[in-house]
Amino acid sequence: MPEAITLSVNGSEVSVPTGSMVSAAISAVGDTAFRTSVQGEPRGPLCGMGICFECRVCIDGVRHVRACQRLCQPGMQVITHD
Amino acid sequence: MSSAPSHQSTGADVLIVGAGIVGAACAAEFTRAGLSTVIVDKGPVSTGATAAGMGQIVVMDDNEAEFALTNYSQQLWNELADELPATVDWDDCGSIWIAADDEEMQEVERKHRFYSERGIETEILDAAALEKLEPNLRRGFCGGLRVSGDSVIYSPCAAGWFIEQACQRGAKLRLGQKAIELRGHGALLENGDFLQADITVNAAGSWATELMPELPIRPRKGHLVITDRYPGFIRHQLVELGYLKSAHSVTTDSVAFNVQPRKTGQLLIGSSRQYDDETRDIDPDILKRMIDRALEYLPGLAGLSAIRTWTGFRAATPDSQPLIGPSMDDEHLFVASGHEGLGITTSLGTARLLVDQVLGRESAIPREPYLPSRFRQGGADA
Amino acid sequence: MIDRREFDVLIIGAGPAGLAAACCAAEAGRRVGVVDDNPTAGGQIWRGEQGKPTQPAAVMWFERLRKAKLEFLPGTRIVGHPTNGVLLADDDQKLLELKYNKLILATGARERFLPFPGWTLPGVTGAGGLQASVKSGMSIAGRRVVVAGSGPLLLAVAAYLRRAGAIVPLIAEQSPRGRVAKFAAGLLAHPAKLTEAARLKWELRGVKYLTDCWPAAAGGDDDTVKSVTLHRRGRTWQEPCDFLACGFGLVPNIELPMLLGCEIEQGKVRVDDGQRTTVNNVYAVGEVTGIGGLAHALIEGQIAGLAAAGEKDAALHFLLFPRRSARRFAQKLEHAFRLRDELRQLPAADTIVCRCEDVRFDQLTQHRSWRSAKLHTRCGMGPCQGRVCGAATEFLFGWGMDSVRPPLYPVRVEHLAEATVTPESSSDVD
Repeated sequence: MPEAITLSVNGSEVSVPTGSMVSAAISAVGDTAFRTSVQGEPRGPLCGMGICFECRVCIDGVRHVRACQRLCQPGMQVITHD
Repeated sequence: MSSAPSHQSTGADVLIVGAGIVGAACAAEFTRAGLSTVIVDKGPVSTGATAAGMGQIVVMDDNEAEFALTNYSQQLWNELADELPATVDWDDCGSIWIAADDEEMQEVERKHRFYSERGIETEILDAAALEKLEPNLRRGFCGGLRVSGDSVIYSPCAAGWFIEQACQRGAKLRLGQKAIELRGHGALLENGDFLQADITVNAAGSWATELMPELPIRPRKGHLVITDRYPGFIRHQLVELGYLKSAHSVTTDSVAFNVQPRKTGQLLIGSSRQYDDETRDIDPDILKRMIDRALEYLPGLAGLSAIRTWTGFRAATPDSQPLIGPSMDDEHLFVASGHEGLGITTSLGTARLLVDQVLGRESAIPREPYLPSRFRQGGADA
Repeated sequence: MIDRREFDVLIIGAGPAGLAAACCAAEAGRRVGVVDDNPTAGGQIWRGEQGKPTQPAAVMWFERLRKAKLEFLPGTRIVGHPTNGVLLADDDQKLLELKYNKLILATGARERFLPFPGWTLPGVTGAGGLQASVKSGMSIAGRRVVVAGSGPLLLAVAAYLRRAGAIVPLIAEQSPRGRVAKFAAGLLAHPAKLTEAARLKWELRGVKYLTDCWPAAAGGDDDTVKSVTLHRRGRTWQEPCDFLACGFGLVPNIELPMLLGCEIEQGKVRVDDGQRTTVNNVYAVGEVTGIGGLAHALIEGQIAGLAAAGEKDAALHFLLFPRRSARRFAQKLEHAFRLRDELRQLPAADTIVCRCEDVRFDQLTQHRSWRSAKLHTRCGMGPCQGRVCGAATEFLFGWGMDSVRPPLYPVRVEHLAEATVTPESSSDVD
């Protein structure tokens, strides 16, 4: 298994260690906010364990995926603030 | 009665049992007419069908009585639209009745004629027009009827607003207090209090028969599913033409395609109808049928995230028209219940008709089709 | 398409309690399945340990797991319970129908988040939440982290973050000094915990541990937190930070037990000495029966694993004394770190309480019940299904939650349609 995985976050390529969650990849490109709330506030991960849904992003075209519980895969397309 | 009831030294003019949308609309209307009002509910405001249902404001054409009441009520809602607080989420997205085949397309034409004759503007859509308006519908439908005058609201907040208005005009609200006995001059509560009033209104929805077992109301269970936010997935309320068959059938369990866009961007998926299941539990077989039906119309719904499922009970009568008027035995005891799936729409018309009757005013539409006395033994529709 | 599996013993949760149960049941020869919603086993406390365990207990149990014959279903969430002996699960690809004779609920706990001004800023996370993020691959090296809230978890988190390269200037513990001191003294009765505490104390040298201290507000620019205002004994001051890792204790994940009809007592699943719930053939173990930490979880997991596998009571005797000791520790924990009344004053009128629907504190104060608040403000109607705001409103207003309905987690619409039970899979309860 390769040691690092390359995927795309908002169009930028990023490399993370194998076994990282998508949330780590988003942090790696420097984004602290993952989504925008109903009233327009920026939001980032809170619970880290799939409960709070604040880390929701669009992965490979599927919306509302929790980034903290999804393992990075090579070539994944991640869009935040979807 | 030709004049407003006189005040008693104790007690109110009107006691309304049930703070759902019908009771709330009645409270707002009674207080507007200057009558002192008390509203009582065993729970918080609007926890029955008002909370469970779809919040649609629609005109229906299945028969003259249904048309008259829904049309009248819709006009009243439209007049109110600008005043409603933002939390009511008023959305005049309109509805589209979808025709799956030529037979249903003929039904579309019939509806169009019916509405046109009565001054309601509707638009016949061919397959191409339907596809353009609603690209997420599967291909192959013949077309549909677009009713632009239909709207969607968030009903619990509308009921809350009516109650607020009524209270601003002096109404008293007693929540978390269950009425256990109704008489014309008041109600006995579970805690022993007796609330006195010149007239009492039973607006307890599918619980109306707990207080008046003689009422021909049966609870009719429905299932709903709501998704996460997918704004723009559909733009109108979408409903199949078989919906009315389902709504008016008296015996069988049925499902009918009905999906609604909420202002939040969430999709509300219905509809199902069952008698004789009075548990709140989700029935997996009915849910499956309902969703399968929805997927036949909107295949893209399959992969969307469903956040919640729930059930609710509509108050259904044998002829599918509500009960609005004096009870059969006591001229001081009124009924405003039995609205089946149209309670949100017809709440406003109901309130007007009821207050008209209490005050002896003329009504904008005929009252006879909704009088409780129509079910009197030996009566015309008993 | 529905994937059907059958087990003698089905365990929900692959944290320490679930793994201990799984190993014991599998070693006793039963057909065992373990379900967890994370991609790897370990739950929260052993997150990231599966590949390369570092904690001693984890090393042992993961080795036992590796040798045990069982089926592990990662990335799988339980969404429904259509009938006795059957659970429905979702793994994002498909729906699974899981039949069992015995069920062990090891669903663990989540952090309690309390709202205060600025708590929704990116960078304000749970304490366990930030640890989980770092374990999931996020870099924290050189970042300044203030750890706040309540409970011994704060110490473990601070130590972990430091090892990962973070700068941790202080830990803010809301509990009063006297209670924490008494708790520390009480560790004499739990030697293993005493050793752990001493180790943590050493690892955290240089980090201020401030009791009677809590966050009054978080501040920052538009996109991220930059500082936290702390309150302690009448004094407030600002502490700069890149992250505020803040959690006010743990809340058992009782949603699945509730769906199954298990009796709940004070937010915990009620169990007898054999870990049996009030529902036939259903056991509960670990944090879900009371926040008690690792030893409590491992002991209860073993008891239930052996019992569910049909082992005679004699085999369980050696666990009864440690169980009693673990439950005593859990009680001391609950008492020492219970939340103080001042925390109810933290939210300002415009502080968001329900993050999914952006419902403010002042919108909620007019309501007398969770049901009423939910209906009229939409609080709890978002995808978290009230897990975050429900714990907060329970503390702020004393509201109990609604009953629980499926789906327990958001699920694909089409899976709701697949969720019917075929006639032959309806099993009787024995």
